Amino acid sequence: MSATIRVLYFASIREKVGCDAEEIELPAGVTTLAALRAHLRGRGGAWAEALAEQRALRAAVNQEMAAPTAAVRPGDEVAFFPPVTGG
Amino acid sequence: MKILVQREDFDPGAEITALARDAAVGAVASFVGLVRDENDGARVGAMTLEHYPGMTEKAIGAIVEEASRRWQVLGCTVIHRYGELKPGERIVLVAIASGHRGDAFAACEFVMDYLKTRAPFWKKEQTPEGERWVEARATDDAAAARWQDPARKAL
Repeated sequence: MSATIRVLYFASIREKVGCDAEEIELPAGVTTLAALRAHLRGRGGAWAEALAEQRALRAAVNQEMAAPTAAVRPGDEVAFFPPVTGG
Repeated sequence: MKILVQREDFDPGAEITALARDAAVGAVASFVGLVRDENDGARVGAMTLEHYPGMTEKAIGAIVEEASRRWQVLGCTVIHRYGELKPGERIVLVAIASGHRGDAFAACEFVMDYLKTRAPFWKKEQTPEGERWVEARATDDAAAARWQDPARKAL
């Protein structure tokens, strides 16, 4: 059984990591947004910087704003982005 | 409810006229946001707006639904542009039709305040010193937070 998720990056985060979207295998033990963010940070370099813990970041699961404790499941669409500035 | 996320400009007059066709409508309140030529001490030559297709429309829809629960909303039009915009160009329109002005004013301001903090748009400015992403403002969070005060619902 495949356990992939789609991860999207927007605005300054997208530019920093040099990627707007990717499919990744959900690693065992990664079940929340916070855990996924920590996992991606583990790639080091620009990833560690863009997703650093002290950086103000927002996230969405399946196109709805979600808290760091929100669950991430196989098949989900997850997005990381800076605080929004529309209007 | 009409929610559009588009590159093209829009006609605020035509949108307001369309909302006023229902004979039960006694008030239409509207807000138009524009690109300024200055921000945080720098000249802004142009701005690029990025958004999250799919989520953007859903997020605005949820905000309008919340406004409809709090106030009488007989009709609502929200149009938000993306892509490159020059100073003076329109960015966003929020127009609310209601029976009376109180509900129309309050719902219009609420939708704008929530849109500013919850709709996935990001602005990048072109200035003489180069490009820069616009930082979120604490005052926008404060403007949205005041609607959580139950007293505001009685307006």
